[in-house]
Amino acid sequence: MAGQDVVLSVQDLSIDYLTRRGRLQAVSHVSFDLHRGETLALIGESGCGKSTLNFGLMRLLPKTARTEAGKIVYTDRQNRSINILELNPRALRRFRWSECAMVFQGAQNSLNPVIHVRDMIFDTARAHGMNNRNEVRQRALELFRKVRLDPDRVFNAYPHELSGGMRQRVLIALGLLLNPQVVIFDEPTTALDILTQRSILNVLRDLKEELGFSSIFISHDLAVAAEIADTVATMYAGEIVEMGPVNDIFYEPRHAYTLGLMEASPRLSVGREELEGIPGSPPDLVEPPTGCKFHIRCPLAIESCKTTPPQLERVGAGHIVACYKSNEVLEKGKALRALPATHLS
Amino acid sequence: MTQQPLIELRHVDRTFKKGRTEIGVLQDINLAVHSGEILCLVGESGCGKTTTGKIMAGLLAASSGEVLYEGQPIQDHKRKAKSAYRRALQIVHQDPFASLNPSHTIGQILSYPLKRHQLVNSRAELRRRIWELLTLVDLTPPGDIVNKYPHQLSGGQRQRVSIARALSVNPRLIVADEAVSMVDVSIRISLLKTLQSLRDKFGIAIVFITHDLALAKYFAWEGRVAVMYLGRVVEIGSTPEIIGSPTHPYTKALISAIPEADPILTRSKRTLPLRSDEIPSLVNIPAGCAFHPRCPYFVPGLCDDAVPVLQQLNGFGQEVACTPLTRGMELKISEPEPITAS
Repeated sequence: MAGQDVVLSVQDLSIDYLTRRGRLQAVSHVSFDLHRGETLALIGESGCGKSTLNFGLMRLLPKTARTEAGKIVYTDRQNRSINILELNPRALRRFRWSECAMVFQGAQNSLNPVIHVRDMIFDTARAHGMNNRNEVRQRALELFRKVRLDPDRVFNAYPHELSGGMRQRVLIALGLLLNPQVVIFDEPTTALDILTQRSILNVLRDLKEELGFSSIFISHDLAVAAEIADTVATMYAGEIVEMGPVNDIFYEPRHAYTLGLMEASPRLSVGREELEGIPGSPPDLVEPPTGCKFHIRCPLAIESCKTTPPQLERVGAGHIVACYKSNEVLEKGKALRALPATHLS
Repeated sequence: MTQQPLIELRHVDRTFKKGRTEIGVLQDINLAVHSGEILCLVGESGCGKTTTGKIMAGLLAASSGEVLYEGQPIQDHKRKAKSAYRRALQIVHQDPFASLNPSHTIGQILSYPLKRHQLVNSRAELRRRIWELLTLVDLTPPGDIVNKYPHQLSGGQRQRVSIARALSVNPRLIVADEAVSMVDVSIRISLLKTLQSLRDKFGIAIVFITHDLALAKYFAWEGRVAVMYLGRVVEIGSTPEIIGSPTHPYTKALISAIPEADPILTRSKRTLPLRSDEIPSLVNIPAGCAFHPRCPYFVPGLCDDAVPVLQQLNGFGQEVACTPLTRGMELKISEPEPITAS
């Protein structure tokens, strides 16, 4: 893939939190490129650093966080490269929301309960220099229609008058208000019911096609990632351990942890399934284990896994993995798929 | 099944008062759970699955209708018998952070029910029993756990403590109310396996309440699933029947809407389009079939008229509450209207 269509390039990014017990290495040496129009899903357990990474991209981290190393290079519409980590506060404010917006999880808490939805929209627009209220209103109504909301009713409503699904749509519309190039979705469907989740996913897919923004999608739900992602990155203990095209990751996983996640996810339309959980729990990141951070929980771990951390290696087009046993993982995954899973009609 | 059910709900209604309005949370619930059986209650938030679970566990009374434990209405149970059914029915709550007292150690938490119900006679026996319980839920070695406080455990471990606590009084039924929805994917399966092994070992019946149908399918493949919508059971049957050949439009919609951890499969799924995305309020439940304002197969004059009754259809094992289906009508998409939120 040519470097030209890269919108956001994260290079060797590490983020630590200063805690009483010492430095907590929440994100270590993460690199990836986000291309124009691409949807990257980050999967992994809670505490694996996916949210920290995304807050880091927008420099929204709390004061206890230290961005130790790395670069976040954003390419704007004029093809200028900007390192987000070097932006001054004013430029940063402009970058946030007009270039890169975020749709938070838990729509209940992300909207100000005491002001109308319209005022939130006007505030956001004014903060970014859009002072023509009529224009802003037209833009908002158009976006509300796109996310399948009743535009006039929602525009003049308070958040409590809206259901969870509607609020999530308002947040999506608000995120797209300034036509950003990159939108970060942090578990946007987690607290929602099945049918609401489905319609939000459909809305997101249509919007992506229509508006062509790039997005980073955080989810602990593999099914949602399978549904929406072009590229999937597995994060474990602050590191990207595997990344590749969605079909490669799901059908030919190469990292023992990715395979572990697959083996733990039930699929509805496959009849009786044998699933396996991953033993143990994620490591303490103040004192991360030596070698591969997954080795303690890994059924395939060998001696070198305990001492020397594996490096990311290319195993296919756009598919990278950091695992000494990637070939065994591949075989194990294939054997698993080959099991006569009784498909239901 | 001719065998007497362990617990049975007959025509159970439950209303809650909110100010002056009465909210009918459950209407005419008929469910029976047998020893060693797994019954899943699935549905969206507000459908009454937790309320049903609480009534089964004896934590809530029914507003009307009968709850029978081993064939006896529970209000007839007095003293000893009451204490026995109380013990027999246990619940594991959703939030492992909220359901354990943060200022007590795991050992203390597990000792209270044992002492309260006089299940142990000496300190040594108490200790042995706690050790045994922790081992049963795979919290090993027990010596590492017993003096810890809940905050020192992970979510999955805490949930295991909750299960151990439920187990301490030798229950015959455990209601697991979204018991794994707050723990990570990687931990879920092993928790479910623990629950399954307890069922196999002790013949404990499990009522598994979840909004995640894929998980229900995995956990209850040999059991039954009841799909609830706005306070009623709309379809009930064996898990393979419900998941493999759903008949109620709501069940169909749910199953067609669930994303799957398989990119090609999930992207080729055809979602059943609903007429509306919004769940009606419980204060104002639609007349007739409560699903009719959203149902793509809505038949005017029929669905909004009479409340459908659960019935078995020809050629299907499960029971379904859908008037057009029980009249042998073919379901047709009624209005090709796009989805619009009201």
